[in-house]
Amino acid sequence: MTKTILTVDDSRTMRDMLRVALTGAGFNVVQAEDGVHGLEVLAQNSPDVIITDINMPRMDGFGFIENVRRDQRCRVIPILVLTTESDAAKKARAREAGATGWIVKPFNTTKLCDAIRRVAG
Amino acid sequence: MEGMDEIRDTFFQEAEELLGELERGLILIQEGDRDSETVNAIFRAVHSIKGGAGMFELDRLVSFAHAFETVLDDLRSRKIGLEANGLKTMLRSADLLSDLVRTARAGEEMEAGREAVLMAELAALSGGVADAAPSAFDAPELPAGPVSRLYDIRFTPLAALYANAGDPALLVRELHRLGTATVSCDASHVPDLSELDPEGAYLSWTVALETTESEDTIREVFEFVEGDCILEVIAGEPMVVEEPAVVEEGDGFDVAALLARMQAELGDGPAPEATPSPFDMPFAPDFSADFSNVVDLADMRPVETPAPSPAPAVEPVAAPVLAASPAKTEESKASSAPAPAAGATIRVDLDRLDRLVNLVGELVINRAMVAQRVVEAGLSNTAAVSVGLDELEQLTREIQDNVMALRAQPVRSVFQRMSRLVREVGEAVNKQVQLVVEGEGTEVDKTIVERLTDPLTHMIRNAIDHGLESPEKRLEAGKPLTGTVHLSARHASGHIVIEVSDDGGGLNRPRVRDIAVSKGLIPADAQLSDEETDNLIFLPGFSTASTISNISGRGVGLDVVKRSVQALGGRISIASRPGRGSTFTLALPLTLAVLDGMLVTVADQTLVLPLTSTVETLKLKPEEIHALGSSKLVTLRGAFTPMIDVGRHFGYRHAPADLTKSVGLVVETQGNTRTVLLVDEIQGQRQVVIKSLETNYGSVPGIAAATILGDGRVALILDVDALVSEASASASDFSFAIAG
Repeated sequence: MTKTILTVDDSRTMRDMLRVALTGAGFNVVQAEDGVHGLEVLAQNSPDVIITDINMPRMDGFGFIENVRRDQRCRVIPILVLTTESDAAKKARAREAGATGWIVKPFNTTKLCDAIRRVAG
Repeated sequence: MEGMDEIRDTFFQEAEELLGELERGLILIQEGDRDSETVNAIFRAVHSIKGGAGMFELDRLVSFAHAFETVLDDLRSRKIGLEANGLKTMLRSADLLSDLVRTARAGEEMEAGREAVLMAELAALSGGVADAAPSAFDAPELPAGPVSRLYDIRFTPLAALYANAGDPALLVRELHRLGTATVSCDASHVPDLSELDPEGAYLSWTVALETTESEDTIREVFEFVEGDCILEVIAGEPMVVEEPAVVEEGDGFDVAALLARMQAELGDGPAPEATPSPFDMPFAPDFSADFSNVVDLADMRPVETPAPSPAPAVEPVAAPVLAASPAKTEESKASSAPAPAAGATIRVDLDRLDRLVNLVGELVINRAMVAQRVVEAGLSNTAAVSVGLDELEQLTREIQDNVMALRAQPVRSVFQRMSRLVREVGEAVNKQVQLVVEGEGTEVDKTIVERLTDPLTHMIRNAIDHGLESPEKRLEAGKPLTGTVHLSARHASGHIVIEVSDDGGGLNRPRVRDIAVSKGLIPADAQLSDEETDNLIFLPGFSTASTISNISGRGVGLDVVKRSVQALGGRISIASRPGRGSTFTLALPLTLAVLDGMLVTVADQTLVLPLTSTVETLKLKPEEIHALGSSKLVTLRGAFTPMIDVGRHFGYRHAPADLTKSVGLVVETQGNTRTVLLVDEIQGQRQVVIKSLETNYGSVPGIAAATILGDGRVALILDVDALVSEASASASDFSFAIAG
């Protein structure tokens, strides 16, 4: 069963990167450009995993995760946060907001797939 | 990763845009904007550049962006305030960041240590030493321990783990990857259903893991759930070789049985709550062999209002939202394109666009040819075919306009670069300058946008260096200390008009004139209007700066600006008011694919002259023509102007043109030089589609390009500059004749 991944990132580079890496690894990819857009896309798709950036215009990653976790339909979807920092405080904050795990940028395909496997099999 | 080159291009494109946003944001802040969203936006810009740069291992870019970002992060969280000094550091950091991006894009290396000073300043701003940037890639995994150990792992998830969509089954499976695991689940704390909190955490696991991996690696498996579970890892003694451990079934805990029990209770008991509260309770799955089973079970968790139905228990659960059936996959594929948001864009290869532009050019020509045939066939204007052709013309024109618009881009990208220039030049010459920009959204052909940088850079440098007075003089004149340079763009009658104006002292006309005379550019007794005097500064060899500064003294004069503008089919002029300032006006065509041409006949050939270089037409009188050696001169309002017989020059005929039947076209070339071109007849003005002669035939001196006329014949487009310099090279130099 092909897994569908929703990626939410305002950077075109990062979106392309995620798309190429994930499609290459055999995932189905759905993309959004910020939190608000992410919720819109989520309303029409049922991804198996969500990967989101934190710093985004309109609605940031924390706000996006909170919204997803409030939604009865989506609250059980594992969410991975993209972060450039590997310090504990940032990770704790992501987890507090409801993230299931994180991926530290820069990532490669292996790192990406490892993280997905760890939260979604 | 595949497609990295393309993504690299995307990264640099995006980085340029982000640098633009950064610049814009900083300028807003400089102007007093204290909106937190502005600070957020510039933080995001730097952050995104850093993130992207990391993917391409551009380490210097990453570390500088990191230092910069740290300050911006402090600023947005209000840990630090913003002072003028700080803003200056940030503006300079933005400049350096853009230099780093550009050198990285070109694959070059910036000279070592250029960041050092700014890094220190940035660190001082954020009140400490900038922490080291994350390394480009994670440290390699720890090497596997040489010996195998048996670890006793006890793992009890807390409710928070489930709330964050964590799944113990997956963690256990990760442990399986590390070695041989014996798993047992303790379900003894699961209460009766009546007391069961669907979101509670009741299960715990014990895993006996035999692995050569270190304890750290094992703990890493639980990295995501640290704090959301109780975890114990007890390392045993190194093991001697043992028989392969048999994975046991989990402690007699039967999922099917539990489900059956629940179903039964639900069926008998009170109706489930109206809210479709998902049973977020993980069931201890059967870990023994078939893992796909586990996944399926996991997928069943978000049960929507479990229907009370008889056994088999596992089946009847209402279609789980997450268990994507094949049909569902199709559906999500179909809808995977994000909902079309306003301002959605698509990236198209420039080559394809150019091919389209070319094809439309062909279409325009083809239509004209058909129209010509219809006229030749003697059909009247009211014939159905003529009416149809008129409609076709309307359509092709619209298509042409629209296709041209595809290549159009706002001049913003170029305008943005100017604010940095203004800062740097202002600092270099010790003048306070503010740049006011208008109409940066005005669109023009991409090629023109790209070629605008040089002339604009020069005009702005000139405006600051020569236009604006020194601070002392400004105060004397009762002007504000800070000089203003206006940069604006607007559309006007099929052209884009760009103006650069300053509120400085204006041109010193007597001095301009003196210099022109002393350099032999004009005769001492030349009668010039104010406007003509002002435009003397575009002459080659003219420079008003008495001391050559490193700003404008680069050996490039305004004549070069004028030439590059003309090469784009545009014109440049200056208007100056003493004491009030000067305005450079640049008028450029909106596209380079179409030319406004003047069609003329020379020895039965049709030639096209760019309208921009044509100044006036005149009927020649024999008494105005003077022979000078092999060449001829025309007296034009008292000034001698060289004359070129176009037909003879190109070898269309050997006999001189019959002056009584000829027309003179006054053209203006480099450095305001005027020349009279002798042609047989003027056919009129027309827009022509430019066809490259070089790609289709070869380069011909004096010919810029070709076009195809309505009758299908090829007409050559003259390169007036080349034609004139070529002709004057064979004759003597009449540079004094420019005063016309």
